[in-house]
Amino acid sequence: MLKIRNLRSFYGNLQALKGISLHIEAGEIVALIGANGAGKSTLLNSISGVISSKRGQILLDGKDITYFPPQRIVKEGISLVPEGRQLFSPLSVMDNLLLGAYQRFSIKKKTQIERDLERVFQIFPILKERRKQVAGTLSGGEQQMLAIARGLMSKPKILLLDEPSMGLAPKIVQDIFRIILRLRDEGTTIFLVEQNAQKALEIADRGYVIETGRIVFEGKSEELLGNREIVRAYLGRGYRKVWE
Amino acid sequence: MSVESSRFDSITREELEQLQLERLQATVNRAYRSVTFYREAFDKAGIIPEDIDSLSKLSTLPFTSRETIIENYPYGMFAVPLREVVRLHCTTGPQGEPIVIGYTRNDIDHWTQISARVLQAAGVEKDDVVQICLDYGLFGEGLGFHYGAELIGASVIPGSDTDPKRQLLIMRDYRSTILLSTPSFALKLIAAVKESGISLASLQLRGGIFTGEPFSETTRLKIEEELKIKVINSYSPPEIPGPKIATECERKNGLHIFEDQFIPEIIDPQTGKVLPPGKEGELVITTIAKEAFPLIRYRTGDLTALDFSTCSCGRNLVRMRNVAERTDNMIIVNGVGFFPTQIGNILAKIEGAEPRFQLIIDREGTQDVMDIMVEVSESIFFDEMRRFHELKKRIEEQIYQILGINVRVKLVEKRSLFQEKSGKIVVDKRLK
Repeated sequence: MLKIRNLRSFYGNLQALKGISLHIEAGEIVALIGANGAGKSTLLNSISGVISSKRGQILLDGKDITYFPPQRIVKEGISLVPEGRQLFSPLSVMDNLLLGAYQRFSIKKKTQIERDLERVFQIFPILKERRKQVAGTLSGGEQQMLAIARGLMSKPKILLLDEPSMGLAPKIVQDIFRIILRLRDEGTTIFLVEQNAQKALEIADRGYVIETGRIVFEGKSEELLGNREIVRAYLGRGYRKVWE
Repeated sequence: MSVESSRFDSITREELEQLQLERLQATVNRAYRSVTFYREAFDKAGIIPEDIDSLSKLSTLPFTSRETIIENYPYGMFAVPLREVVRLHCTTGPQGEPIVIGYTRNDIDHWTQISARVLQAAGVEKDDVVQICLDYGLFGEGLGFHYGAELIGASVIPGSDTDPKRQLLIMRDYRSTILLSTPSFALKLIAAVKESGISLASLQLRGGIFTGEPFSETTRLKIEEELKIKVINSYSPPEIPGPKIATECERKNGLHIFEDQFIPEIIDPQTGKVLPPGKEGELVITTIAKEAFPLIRYRTGDLTALDFSTCSCGRNLVRMRNVAERTDNMIIVNGVGFFPTQIGNILAKIEGAEPRFQLIIDREGTQDVMDIMVEVSESIFFDEMRRFHELKKRIEEQIYQILGINVRVKLVEKRSLFQEKSGKIVVDKRLK
């Protein structure tokens, strides 16, 4: 479904991604793991068009979307749930959700959007209860759910999740991961970026390990979990001797 | 773990190339980061990992070879620390130099998967009784297939490669349906059948998988006929212990390379240039899923050609032609590989200077036999019969001790060899 070839991204003169190739099949959960600063968020931001300074090729169902602007990429079916939620805190839960559907909003589609709202409320009943509450007053877990729900409101084929477990209590993390599995089962393809490698690989079908802007491992989740070097990559400890 | 053959065997070329590119880049990144040898070789060639932005760029990377592995013995080419290596296998180079290759947990799992795919290509199912008459020792060929057969769920008999008569009894009594062996061991089994008077009808054997030695179609037909079985061939570079790189399918129309794990190239052995599909040249292999011992552009020394057309079996994986010849004259006799130069060295030690010699290899019944014609000075023929016999015996013993093969030495007069211009050091009559 999504195919990336030799993606290089830049912050000014600094090259953050050094030729990334990866693919995601429809219906998969694919995890991207790596240490702080390895380029995980950069990769998501490059896919979603937030970073425009890039080279390489991003294909969605065979269509080259590399240089599309972010709003166009959302329309094509890729939705990013950014790191740190990035909600509109002063706005209500409802308004945040409607903004998620912004790019397809029109009077004609009103009923369809209402139907999607219903679906989202089914997955996150707590958001229905609090739909009138100001987003900034929600708990961390609820905010994360709202961020995911907002991402779903654009009806994406692929949902990009950037560190959905960050800063959450273990029990809430469980809930979030259960929801991710449910979304996949209901037909959304998931690209999951996580520092919590163990958790991410437990629910993912496959994974990639990124290190200083390069992919160093690719494989099924159990293969990656069986590789102790992955744990090291996640911890960010790079150098070791063969006699270790 | 389950067998994954369906996932990769029918993969489209486009999907495969994406996967290969991803795995190649990850392999190159790891090799450059963790293996001093690769880092230095890439630096010397002026290449950084990012340069490999397509599969065709693979050809810009430097070669590796048996010599590279020998030079970096023991752990110079390992890409992971030893504590992540769960197994070591070893073999020897042309002059008896040791070669060691390590495997991580995942490497062993991949090996198991590949073995299962070879077995499935031969039609092995979980109801089969698989008798593995291969080396279980340092080279570990038997172990690899053992794991694969167990993964399929077959009953496995780790027979190992000794005592054909006993193997035959096992085969009859335990109703083995599949035989894994070298072709020469299969020939020994045939001899044992004839000797023991066991009737073929009492055997349940239906299929075989050969590995370890090149063999001719005549040999295959003979074995198929005599044992009433179907035999497929499998291939891996002779000096690299580990998974097979390719297997025949039931069509026996070339060996499918496991391209999800290995990228093959065919090069001109003289210039090192990559040749177009279909042209014969030296097989070069890059591993794209190995963790402990990645090999980038490894020159196998085997001559073959690639065929990218889809096989009638439905597999899209590229096929390589059966290997009949090598670039470096390595000879395999009764499953033991060696080089003519090694014989030369042994003779030089005995005689003081290397004499001219010729190797004549043939198959007598079930066994490969090798005659070595050695030129010696005329005087010995007239002087002392005793010295003559002693010398002959000493050469035979030395060769057995060093190479582990039985040979027959014939001493001949000086300048009697290579009288025709076409005279070759090695005359191999088996492949005719």
